[in-house]
Amino acid sequence: MNDMPRTLPTVSAPALALEAAGVVHRGQTLLNPLTLTLDGCRRILVMGPNGAGKSLLLRLAHGLLSPSSGRVRWQGRPPRQAMVFQRPVLLRRSALDNLTYALAVNDIPWRSRKPLARQALARFGLAPLEKRPARVLSGGEQQRLALARAWLLEPEVLFLDEPTAALDPASMRAVEEAVCDFHALGTRVVMTTHDLHQARRLADEVVLLHEGSLVEHSTAERFFTAPASSTTRAFLAGELVW
Amino acid sequence: MTASDNPFTTALALILGLDDTLISIVALSLQVSLTAVLIAALLALPLGAALALWRFPGRSAIIVVLNAFMGLPPVVAGLTVYLLLSRAGPLGQFGLLFTPSAMVVAQVLLILPIIAALTRQQVEELHGEYREQLQSLGLSRRRMMPTLLWDARFGLLTVILAGFGRASAEVGAVMIVGGNIDGVTRVMTTAIVLETSKGDLPLALGLGIVLLGLVTLINAGAYVMGETARRRLG
Repeated sequence: MNDMPRTLPTVSAPALALEAAGVVHRGQTLLNPLTLTLDGCRRILVMGPNGAGKSLLLRLAHGLLSPSSGRVRWQGRPPRQAMVFQRPVLLRRSALDNLTYALAVNDIPWRSRKPLARQALARFGLAPLEKRPARVLSGGEQQRLALARAWLLEPEVLFLDEPTAALDPASMRAVEEAVCDFHALGTRVVMTTHDLHQARRLADEVVLLHEGSLVEHSTAERFFTAPASSTTRAFLAGELVW
Repeated sequence: MTASDNPFTTALALILGLDDTLISIVALSLQVSLTAVLIAALLALPLGAALALWRFPGRSAIIVVLNAFMGLPPVVAGLTVYLLLSRAGPLGQFGLLFTPSAMVVAQVLLILPIIAALTRQQVEELHGEYREQLQSLGLSRRRMMPTLLWDARFGLLTVILAGFGRASAEVGAVMIVGGNIDGVTRVMTTAIVLETSKGDLPLALGLGIVLLGLVTLINAGAYVMGETARRRLG
């Protein structure tokens, strides 16, 4: 499905280092200071039960949130990034206009916006819906539109915050395929999920959070076969209580 | 004007017969109020959006003042503009008092707080929803402004219509700064006051019907637009 001209990153994006980065909100510690490096062209899945701090970690990494302590920095030039949210945030415009908007924000010349946007719509199976207001699309269609928008940004690092949590199995598969396509083209994917099966299908690396603390960061193989932490074993067995 | 026992019938005859006096008064009213709404909207939309997006010292005070001024008594607005524009006032040299321009200024003063305060509310709400996505796309606050104003367009249209409703229906401010001069600054509301006190009920009633019709039309328009937008854009 590589029918789109797309600049392949020649070298993978610089590593992202979280250095004792923590989040405190109104005296409550939401994320204990954690040190973590996300690098390479990998699919990194951030796992953990609800309230573990997955979304917070993602927002810190993407720069939507500043750490209360420690710091978050790219080891090099900050790469092109995009984020797909659990509930897609789409503008009150047509599907096509949502995409041309993202291109306009990135200073893509006016003439090439519509052709590019149409290609992205077609790529994500949304071509017949281009004139439909984005916000009346179904949940699955909205998430695919959000992915198409991210696709147009040609991110070197893509963040996804539980992108399939509210979707039916078919839409979930579409999202997972898109994630793999992004990855195949050299994008580092950082995605949160609480779905173990999904993590097994997608992950190259797993980061496990529990109660706002980093429990384990290892390759998927190690994580699923020989976890280092007893918390991870409990999580894998579905026994983690929060 | 035909004499009739029933002022209501005469009023209808005036409207249907497109009576010259009536038409000129209605035209001036529309001209003044539409100009005022246009100017107020041009100033208040960016102001409201800026108040929604930026946090700065004094922001709360401005919001409280705007909210309070939403209920500014028209006569007070009129008096203020009168003092500013009168010969001895700071803007006296422009000779604007008792002209339609003065009426426009007074109405702008009345409706600017309404449009700005309601715009702030709408944009703030939308910003809460869009913030992370727009930030993720790399937009600065300044670049968020047009996006948020455009995406709030249907709500804002209702806000602007509310401003127009207030401008066209108020009497105190335009009476003071316009002076209700026949053929120059006489608008619907001031004419109604005058004709009623003179006892010329048909003209007053005719103007009243036009005014009421206009306001109803505007509200119907706002309602239909809001409903359509909700259905179409979700």
